[in-house]
Amino acid sequence: MSTKLPRWLIAFSALVYLFLHLPIVVLVIFSFNDSKYAVSWTGFTWAWYQRLLEREDILRGLEASLIVGAASTLVSAVFGTLIALALARHRFRGRTALEAFLYVPLVTPEIVVGISLLILFVLLKVPLGLATITIAHIAFSISFVVVVVLARLQGMDRNLEEAAMTLGADEITTFWKITVPQLWPGIISGALLAFTMSFDDYVITSFVSGTGSSTLPIVVYTMVRRNIEPSINAISTIILVATAVLIYLADRLGREKGA
Amino acid sequence: MAPPASSAAEPIVQFTRVSKHFGDFRAVNDISFDIRKGEFFSLLGPSGCGKTTTLRLLAGFEQPDTDGGTVKIAGEVVNTRRPYERQIGMVFQNYAIFPHLSVERNVAFGLEQHKVPAAEIPGRVTQALEMVRLDPGQYAKRMPNQLSGGQRQRVALARALVLRPAILLLDEPLGAIDLKLRKEMQLELKALNKNLGLTFVYVTHDQEEALTMSDRIAVMDHGIIAQLGSPAEIYENPRTAYVARFIGESNFLGGTATRQGGAWQVASPNGAFIIPDAPGLAEGATVQIAVRPEWMDIFPVDHCPSGENAVPGTVREVIYLGETMHVIVTLGDGTDCTVAVRNEGQLIKPLPWKKGDRAAVSWLPEDCQVLEQA
Amino acid sequence: MNLRQRILGFYHTRKDATAWTLLAPGVLWLVVFFLAPILIMLGYSVMPRGLFTPVKAGFTLEHYQRFFDPLYLQILWRTFAWSLGATVICLLMGYPLAYLIARSWKWRNLLMFLVVLPFWTSFLVRTFAMIFLMRDTGLINATLISLGLITEPIPLLYTPFAVMVGLVYGFLPFMVLPIYASLEKLDLSLLEAAEVLGARPWARFVRVTFPLSLPGVVAGALLVFIPALGSFLTSDLLGGAKQVMIGNLIQNQFSAARNWPFGSAASFIVMALVLVAVVWYLRIRDTAPGGAEAK
Repeated sequence: MSTKLPRWLIAFSALVYLFLHLPIVVLVIFSFNDSKYAVSWTGFTWAWYQRLLEREDILRGLEASLIVGAASTLVSAVFGTLIALALARHRFRGRTALEAFLYVPLVTPEIVVGISLLILFVLLKVPLGLATITIAHIAFSISFVVVVVLARLQGMDRNLEEAAMTLGADEITTFWKITVPQLWPGIISGALLAFTMSFDDYVITSFVSGTGSSTLPIVVYTMVRRNIEPSINAISTIILVATAVLIYLADRLGREKGA
Repeated sequence: MAPPASSAAEPIVQFTRVSKHFGDFRAVNDISFDIRKGEFFSLLGPSGCGKTTTLRLLAGFEQPDTDGGTVKIAGEVVNTRRPYERQIGMVFQNYAIFPHLSVERNVAFGLEQHKVPAAEIPGRVTQALEMVRLDPGQYAKRMPNQLSGGQRQRVALARALVLRPAILLLDEPLGAIDLKLRKEMQLELKALNKNLGLTFVYVTHDQEEALTMSDRIAVMDHGIIAQLGSPAEIYENPRTAYVARFIGESNFLGGTATRQGGAWQVASPNGAFIIPDAPGLAEGATVQIAVRPEWMDIFPVDHCPSGENAVPGTVREVIYLGETMHVIVTLGDGTDCTVAVRNEGQLIKPLPWKKGDRAAVSWLPEDCQVLEQA
Repeated sequence: MNLRQRILGFYHTRKDATAWTLLAPGVLWLVVFFLAPILIMLGYSVMPRGLFTPVKAGFTLEHYQRFFDPLYLQILWRTFAWSLGATVICLLMGYPLAYLIARSWKWRNLLMFLVVLPFWTSFLVRTFAMIFLMRDTGLINATLISLGLITEPIPLLYTPFAVMVGLVYGFLPFMVLPIYASLEKLDLSLLEAAEVLGARPWARFVRVTFPLSLPGVVAGALLVFIPALGSFLTSDLLGGAKQVMIGNLIQNQFSAARNWPFGSAASFIVMALVLVAVVWYLRIRDTAPGGAEAK
């Protein structure tokens, strides 16, 4: 088909793209603006970035986010991968119901997840802190990992595992020598996704974090609420770049063919 | 766990009343057969007939139902034995080459699993690659995605053969490569089977492929074996209409059997014809026969050679096929009958038949096959 | 037999056991830290409010009855209307965009990447970007003033308009993705067949393309509507005190108002609305023409 797209459609789409990207671009540009009141461009500066390094709350928030992100990613990647393996490779009773259950966290509003976990932790008298944040992040990440790894597994040739078994490898050897190498990009991609979501989560974290256990989004939220100064643009830019890189990597690995 | 030395007479594979269900679906239904040592054995049938399940039962990827009979390899019951405990090799339809390993690492995989001394491995890998005519110097280091379909096929074969399995299972291995290469590979596989003395069990839906390569063929239909025999037996003496239809082309005629003097005669809406004696024939029984198009001839009505059956009809179509000509004749009751005539050159010696001509199809009574009623 | 062979033997004869061993850790985690909390929350929503504890023993439907109070009905209605509004605007913006991407062969992947990219960047940061543009001293007002078009800043932030823009900005990619997927799959020979049968471009779109992309439209609508219903940050940061959605109501019950059972009831209502929407979607998907996409 060589049908030309109508001009108005191209123009309209360009506007939509502008709507999607301009706010972020502006935000990034003004993180380098040498004016406290960010209304007009007065000159280039790194000052706002340097200012970030002086703020202890930001550095501590970053540290908390990295700890929570690493721990929750590790656990949810392992648990999610195991679930995906069971779903892709085994017939068992209650499979359909379980699959439906696994999709529920994907559609549950964050605020509901957050307050229900808060209720649980308070009921069990678990002190709120990095541990409760990590527990919560694992809970909402598992299903995402399952979806990503399952997609990879479904694209993977089962005959490879069977071939290994005809060549003398038992189930365990087959898993490590054939399944895992094939699945690796899917697992990494799922893990990066989990990390990004953990690193970015504000709503759920805000309910299950205690005093002194603020992750970076919590700190940024407070800054946004309280104050209007260009350091927010600077920290936003850093977060943007970090998540964009992570997602780009996750996407690349997710698409990579087995060979 | 060395298998006991099996004598030449003893079958290497024995299926005894084997059944396999998937839910309510009977994939394999109470089948029994033997495979002889060193033979090229084919499981032939359309998709869904149970041939792949049969192969997977033999490989150990599926187990027979409880009380679903026994599968024996070299005289031992292997029903619950894992695939890696069966001394089989397998070539998969899509080759299943490990995409993350190079050609030589693919071929070495089985040797490593069997704890073959590391020093021995390179030599055996080279030998296996040479056996499937893949130059080791050129291909050993390549990754699978740098190979053509035909080359992957050879790697899969080398990977299975390097372990010198007692039985090599092949699941439609030639399905995905082009016609010319396929013909070539058919001959090579046959040669490997004879030279190595290995037992080949070959699954295919391609009847021509099965006829070309096999020592014996099991034609499968809805989970049962419809007929088992040599290619000539299957082609020339199909026992059922299903086999006759699936392998080659056939014309089917039917009627009621009566005893006329020393022979059986069939009264049909298209006229009477003689059939050879066959078990189960009885006075007044309904009979169906199959005749191959190439065993039929066509003559002007009333000019048939004596001693041949003749049934009159009208020419419906003359089809040019190159090597042969097909004349389709519509008989009295409306059934079509295809007669294959050798093409002697339509430009020099055209066939004297055209649409609408009255004609009779004829055949020798012994050239027809009396079919078992399904 | 060594241990390894014994383990393999055990699992070989019990196929269900293998599956459940793999499932156990993750499923257990979800049961304890996802399912159980929601059930407890459901329990809280029908218990009386306690004096020193969040709840006390007993059964009551008072928290649900409170929603018939005009104040809360209004919040519910606003949440529903805004979510629906955002969904419609996303559809009007997203469909043409998805169509364009699906028809631009060479640039498809790049164009799609550009849609997905902002979607994966931090939601908090993107919401802040909206503030940065819309506040009184923000870029829009500053630009308009410096151009001399206005003298006083137009109040943009903390208005329903700001919330709507924020919702659309946040969820637009959710609309584009499934519509693009269904348009991309569309067999072009169908359009050629329609053309041969005499259909003009517009007729081809209305009679062939659009009906076949409906599953994508429905999926996209749901993917926008559901998170909009439960959204919190957008109205919290862009809506101000007067433009409360149900998410803010819930948050408030668990912080300032300290009425956990009422907050639980509100959460359950959101959760129920979401599940109804999902079930409705699944039923539509299974009956829609071309809905075979879900294999």
